Amino acid sequence: MTAALELRRVSKVYGSGATEVHALRGVDLAVYPGELVAIMGPSGCGKSTLLTIAGTLEEPTDGEVLVDGIEVSGMSRNDRARMRRRSIGYVFQDFNLLAGLTAVENAALPLELDGMPAGRAQGLGLRALEELGVAERAGHYPDDLSGGERQRVSIARAIVGDRHLLLADEPTGALDSVNGEAVMRLLRGACQRGVTGLVVTHDAQLASWADRVVFLRDGRMVDQAVPAGAPGAMLAPGAAP
Amino acid sequence: MSVRHALLALLTERPKFGLQLRQEFESGTGAVWPLNVGQVYTTLQRLERDGLVESEDADIAGPQKDFRITSAGRDELTEWLRTPPESVPPPRDELVIKLLVALRVPGVDVHDILQTHRRHLVGSMQRYTHLKAAAADDVALALVVDAQVFRLDGVIRWLDAADSRLKQFPLAGPRPPGAEVSPDGDRMVEGRR
Ligand SMILES: Nc1ncnc2c1ncn2[C@@H]1O[C@H](COP(=O)(O)OP(=O)(O)OP(=O)(O)O)[C@@H](O)[C@H]1O
Ligand SMILES: [Mg+2]
Repeated sequence: MTAALELRRVSKVYGSGATEVHALRGVDLAVYPGELVAIMGPSGCGKSTLLTIAGTLEEPTDGEVLVDGIEVSGMSRNDRARMRRRSIGYVFQDFNLLAGLTAVENAALPLELDGMPAGRAQGLGLRALEELGVAERAGHYPDDLSGGERQRVSIARAIVGDRHLLLADEPTGALDSVNGEAVMRLLRGACQRGVTGLVVTHDAQLASWADRVVFLRDGRMVDQAVPAGAPGAMLAPGAAP
Repeated sequence: MSVRHALLALLTERPKFGLQLRQEFESGTGAVWPLNVGQVYTTLQRLERDGLVESEDADIAGPQKDFRITSAGRDELTEWLRTPPESVPPPRDELVIKLLVALRVPGVDVHDILQTHRRHLVGSMQRYTHLKAAAADDVALALVVDAQVFRLDGVIRWLDAADSRLKQFPLAGPRPPGAEVSPDGDRMVEGRR
């Protein structure tokens, strides 16, 4: 099967000389269609760097990124931009909403940029806001939203339309546990319908929604976890709280 | 143990048979807390002896025997719901001891040990979370799983804290003579190759 997203020996160096930072060191990763993968690691280990490179927002210093088996470095600038608008949904760690647009205009933006008429795009934007439980805030500007509402609008913008690759950077950081769980249910549901998901986080509870958890340390992948152990065993009457 | 009180709670609705109690107990605890029939009958016998339940007909034995809660049983249940769980002195935490021991063993990479346990705990948390994901409308299951997930999360966060603490103070424990500790944690990665 062709991976929906593949990183081959990807490295990223910021700066040079004395200020050189090796944010990623030879990362190999393949995520298959319908899979939800979490990358877990401490602050500064390279999670956001990995995601921006996977989302073709930044170029690796070394190595190659393939989306649906196609090398991104071989695409024209236009093709790459179109792929970002149409196929990739991106949830930024700092939300990245446009202050001059309302919630629904923000959510509909990728579709409008792709040439969809505003009315139709905003209809779909509203539906995405509904899925995230923030439709009643559709007409508000980002500055008038709570942190958690902003986060949900930014997720709505990522899932709007027909994306088949969702990349999310700490997507529940501003949410309480009930809303955070709702977001992860949504991502898991999307992946069960065939969407491919990659979530980066330092939070184990968030990562545990994934089919596979990959551990990142100092820019390197060092290990991975899959669901294990018999549930129930730890809740036998003798071991119960 | 709280099987006693769980059975009392189920009997507050109406009188029930032993088998029925067992089935309701299991579905009420998200089917992750298995209970055998023997346990149910032994518990019912003790409850009857203590005057907290009574059976319809003392002559009939076996599965058709109906149990009902007494007013003493109701009082006991109300009291138990409001009593804080027994606070025992912290158990000797096996993981803490393993880490302290690891620091003293020459040639053992503590970050690698920490990662091994992190992997196990995350894998186990995944199993629980997926159980919850698959049964969106089972509130009892979600409550039981949440409790377990938060417990695992506490241990994982302790591992993460230990990891950064030991990175900050890499010479916290005795090292084998001549062993080099690179400041960027390369030892761990080398050790995994
Ligand atoms: N534009 C940049 N210029 C220079 N260094 C950078 C740049 N972006 C990231 N870095 C450095 O690269 C390393 C990895 O950063 P990154 O943002 O990927 O970490 P992270 O795992 O996402 O952390 P956090 O959990 O805090 O978000 C850090 O040391 C960071 O300082
Ligand atoms: Mg980051």
